[in-house]
Amino acid sequence: MSDIKGKAIVLNMNNVSTDQIFPGQYVNLTDPNEIAEHVLEGADKSFKNRIKTGDILVAGNNFGCGSSREQAVITLKEAGFAAVIANSVGRIWYRNAINLGLPVLICEGFVNQVEEGDEIEVNLKEGIAKNSSKGTIAKGNAISDFVLNIFANGGIKPMMKSKILSK
Amino acid sequence: MHAIEKIFAQKANVERVKAGDRVWADVDLTVNVDLYRTVLAEFENLGGTKIKYPERVAFTFSINAPAPTIQSASNEKDMREFAYKHGIHLFDINTGVVQQVLMEAGLVWPGTISIATDSHATILGALGAVGMGVGAVDLAASMIKGNIWFRVPEIIKINIDGELQPGVMAKDVILKVLGELKQDVAIYKAIEYTGSAVRNMSLSSRMVLCNMAVELGAKTSYIQPDEKVIDFLGSRVTRTYEIPTTDPDFKYAEEYSLDVNQLVPQVACPHNVDNVCDLDDVPKKPVNQCLIGTCTGGRLEDLAIAAEILKGRKINAKTRLIVIPASKEIYLKAMELGYLRDLIEAGATVTNPGCGPCLGAHMGVLAPGEVCVTASNRNFSGRMGSPQAELYLASPATVAATAIEGILTNPRGYLKSQQRS
Repeated sequence: MSDIKGKAIVLNMNNVSTDQIFPGQYVNLTDPNEIAEHVLEGADKSFKNRIKTGDILVAGNNFGCGSSREQAVITLKEAGFAAVIANSVGRIWYRNAINLGLPVLICEGFVNQVEEGDEIEVNLKEGIAKNSSKGTIAKGNAISDFVLNIFANGGIKPMMKSKILSK
Repeated sequence: MHAIEKIFAQKANVERVKAGDRVWADVDLTVNVDLYRTVLAEFENLGGTKIKYPERVAFTFSINAPAPTIQSASNEKDMREFAYKHGIHLFDINTGVVQQVLMEAGLVWPGTISIATDSHATILGALGAVGMGVGAVDLAASMIKGNIWFRVPEIIKINIDGELQPGVMAKDVILKVLGELKQDVAIYKAIEYTGSAVRNMSLSSRMVLCNMAVELGAKTSYIQPDEKVIDFLGSRVTRTYEIPTTDPDFKYAEEYSLDVNQLVPQVACPHNVDNVCDLDDVPKKPVNQCLIGTCTGGRLEDLAIAAEILKGRKINAKTRLIVIPASKEIYLKAMELGYLRDLIEAGATVTNPGCGPCLGAHMGVLAPGEVCVTASNRNFSGRMGSPQAELYLASPATVAATAIEGILTNPRGYLKSQQRS
């Protein structure tokens, strides 16, 4: 899949939990637009107003730790994020991001090289994050073809569906 | 191979697996909790019409139990109707917390793989089973196909030796581990707990270690099953099962050790599970609410020590104490043994089995500025209501002593058994 380009939204905090990304009081919501309304509300109430469609979230260590709620991925995707770059991420959140087609690059230290609004380019196959505004490049974890294929399909659902229906 | 790898290999029907392998493995138990009405939508989205193995699927209603809002009531209504239609297990609002209820019902045994829309599925490691949290898409796919893909995890060993002092509990041990190793030590990995302290623990205490393995980032956890596990499973599991073992030449990805002989009560301070201090070093401030309960701190031994501490005493007039047995079975035993009377007479608010306010759903959510000391598993900002509330994680014994004084209090000196000796 081709490079993802967007402006950086920086969340330079560690251990941002699913309770902060999508607070527990809203977990009964099922409508994606309503889910997007509460994006990162537990970390910063003003967050939602900073996001424009196509932005890239740049985060610290252990982003998305905690619960299994998929809304913690859906809310970011529906709020407009095209990708997430983090030092490290919680594993259930990561798996949900793969399944739901929100591209994630694990790239240690990138968050320290970025200011809000910088132009970012992500190459998932090579595992490279580029800050075009600052002229810096960082090498993260390359994404396997298996996962890359899932991202390219916008998530695992189309693949699962064809697998299930072909039986 | 490690016992965990053998479980993945067996369920994937291959000879060997190793860390990093991606396998399609059969799932013995697929569990959805009442928060995830979305699973039904995903089931339809994926083209699902029937469930491949209805006897391997369970819905559990413990979070919004009984339903506090019209939205949650509607979600549960749809999920009940789905459960009746497809003939799957349904553990309704009268049963208790997800994994506790499944273990008591005999749906988990050594060597099995379970997935759940419950990140604390790691607790099943206490029975020598692999339990993992997943989202709605994986869950729906497993309902339809009976298997999903897994990445075989690296395995780290945490060896815990020594003898716990009176009033020091498994919760203090796991908080100490979190404080030392931090909450991202085991991301994408599995944790095995070994050592004399683990062997000597009750099964309920081991469940606390495995339950909070997810707080260390782990995919799953494991404790080698022994006679305590076999006794617990007893008449609950009627089928035969084999207990997997780890080959002597298996190499762990990382090994850590902890000696607990001198361990004192621990507290995780706001707003991170690894922000851990010795209780006596935490500044004392008035505590508005105490919670004993949940899949971490609501088993019989937790209620027993709380009752021992609180019997004949009163909680502080400015503090609330909420007590939630983890399951109906525990609730009934605590009633028979008189623990509930002791707790209620001391001033506790005892509620029906379930998750209660642990994830901020209802039955004790916190106002801005309030302080809560809780035997549950997460103190993330906003976890139990307002993001401006402060959550301190501690053992059930510490929570009980704290309820009496209205400030964080070391349970040492409040234990009757200790006063006698």
